[in-house]
Amino acid sequence: MSKENASAYWAANLRLLVGCLVVWFIVSYGFGIILAAPLNHIHLGGYPLGFWFAQQGSIYTFVILIFFYAWRMNKLDRHYDVHED
Amino acid sequence: MSLQTLTYLVVGASFVLYIGIAIWAKARSTGEFYVAGKGVHPVANGMATAADWMSAASFISMAGLIAFKGYDASVYLMGWTGGYVLLAMLLAPYLRKFGKYTVPEFIGDRYYSRTARIVAVICLIVASITYVIGQMKGIGVAFGRFLEVDFHTGVVVGMAIVFVYAVLGGMKGITYTQIAQYVVLIFAYTVPAIFISLQLTGNPLPQLGLGSTMNGSETHLLTKLNHVLVDLGFASYTAEKGGMLNMFLLTLSLMIGTAGLPHVIIRFFTVPRVRDARVSAGWSLVFIAILYTTAPAVGAMAIYNFIKTIQTGPVGAPTANLEFDQRPQWFKNWEKTGLLKFEDKNGDGRIQYYNDKNQSYAEAASAFGWKGNEMVKVDRDIMVLANPEIAKLPDWVIALVAAGGIAAALSTAAGLLLAIASAISHDLLKGVFMPKISEKNELMAGRIAMAGAILVAGYLGMNPPGFAAQVVALAFGLAASSLFPVLLLGIFSKRVNRMGAISGMLSGLTVTLVYIFIYKGWLFLPGTNNLPNTAEYWLFGIQPEAFGAVGALVNIVVAWTVSRMTEAPPEHIQDIVEHVRIPRAAGETGAS
Repeated sequence: MSKENASAYWAANLRLLVGCLVVWFIVSYGFGIILAAPLNHIHLGGYPLGFWFAQQGSIYTFVILIFFYAWRMNKLDRHYDVHED
Repeated sequence: MSLQTLTYLVVGASFVLYIGIAIWAKARSTGEFYVAGKGVHPVANGMATAADWMSAASFISMAGLIAFKGYDASVYLMGWTGGYVLLAMLLAPYLRKFGKYTVPEFIGDRYYSRTARIVAVICLIVASITYVIGQMKGIGVAFGRFLEVDFHTGVVVGMAIVFVYAVLGGMKGITYTQIAQYVVLIFAYTVPAIFISLQLTGNPLPQLGLGSTMNGSETHLLTKLNHVLVDLGFASYTAEKGGMLNMFLLTLSLMIGTAGLPHVIIRFFTVPRVRDARVSAGWSLVFIAILYTTAPAVGAMAIYNFIKTIQTGPVGAPTANLEFDQRPQWFKNWEKTGLLKFEDKNGDGRIQYYNDKNQSYAEAASAFGWKGNEMVKVDRDIMVLANPEIAKLPDWVIALVAAGGIAAALSTAAGLLLAIASAISHDLLKGVFMPKISEKNELMAGRIAMAGAILVAGYLGMNPPGFAAQVVALAFGLAASSLFPVLLLGIFSKRVNRMGAISGMLSGLTVTLVYIFIYKGWLFLPGTNNLPNTAEYWLFGIQPEAFGAVGALVNIVVAWTVSRMTEAPPEHIQDIVEHVRIPRAAGETGAS
């Protein structure tokens, strides 16, 4: 694998990573903590929305994020021909 | 059959299962002992990691914390799950690619320094030992309660069980027993939650039940709970009470601590490939999320049921409080343990449970003829264990919960002990002091180190240097401030060098330790604290438990600055960094 290819792969990985971590930050620290009080005026069923993000929504988002990251990384691995097997 | 006999049977059967698995999966090589031969399926590894990670604190304490703190307890829910996002994206795949057995080994090689490796071993042992003390204490309490032996005997029985399966099986045995333990603990946690959710809301899924309306009413459970609490002078359940800065930093500390705890990281060395490490972190979180999204429902429903048992009608009505003589059986059972205590302050024979620290509520309360809160002790840790009894579930469910609590504590203790044993036998003995040691002797040394660690942990578990929660907070702060930053920098920066890593680890560790000790006492010895542990004395109002995030920042800044001021790492180290970033590097499988 060439040096340029390796740094292109790494740059693509970092872009994906930053995107995922932005979502990670927004659902937990953003919706779950900083904006929880204003969001609590909105309701999701019986849940105040900020409370829902803090105790349910952020956890579901974390799970989805990891699988999304793993799926995208597998595609990147193949695209740059660095996949295993 | 009596509850006692049933408990013996269920707990006993679960032990037979764990030990049987340990014998079946006995480790024969160092590879099997440390990383289970790197052949564990990612879903199986996810389940084992979930059991490894969810300790007595998750199983027994967390729902109780949520019950009494409401929204503010969200820090534990987000902190202990959000760390897996960091693990999956920042550490696990790269450390798996590096392909060694332990965390200090990576640090020693990446920072080309035996000193760095030894410092990492020290950080690892301090963090893991402090954490395992809490588990041993949990084991003692659980055994003591359900097998009706005293606390110390409980710890000794737990030590013996851990000894058999962890020492014999190594990582291979631990992985498969942890899978069995996960099944036991998740079943034990969710079954009562489903029943209680059905009783209150008619919805079998606790996650949905918490957001549903009450049976036979149009009011939502959470709205009703808020009213019930506010009527008794407590703060609203769904509102913030503790301050945003501490919530923010504590969540961050717990997340970084999760990603930096060595016994969790090494689980990702056991899967066959880099991409398995990524997806395995996802599976871990799926299995953890089943418990962590159920816990908020368990907490809220438990506190609702508890208050409704005591406050049977409109607040202030003379007959709307439970008569002490009419209290249910579970109340009497828990009174015996001393964890639930009633004191009839106004002498009316009825129980008044309300917030007597609320000044503006005091007037209303005294108008009712109340002379203070009469539930003088309600231990938070009893909520999960008492829940099935409060909801009048059958005895086999109660026995199952006992087995689940013990499984949670045992599986975490075993994982921590393995991390300690590999640090001693692999990093200190083979890596530093006796490089020529044979594989057989290294395996033997690993087993002896683990046995030694069990003895130390057992002793400290019987004589803990503080409350379990203090000890756990220290473990997280230490892992967050010492190991995580240098692992992260080791992968994402080619410029950070040996001097940077060593000074970073030492400064992060020291700052965090000193901050905790100033408020909680040196080595947690009572009376040795320099400042009172209250908000007005905290630096910028940061509570000691949340300081790990600051320590991690100090670590990163120091490591970066020192590296900038000293020479760049040698060429072959920069190549190692390139190498761990790519799942299949040039020449590795013959392809380019």
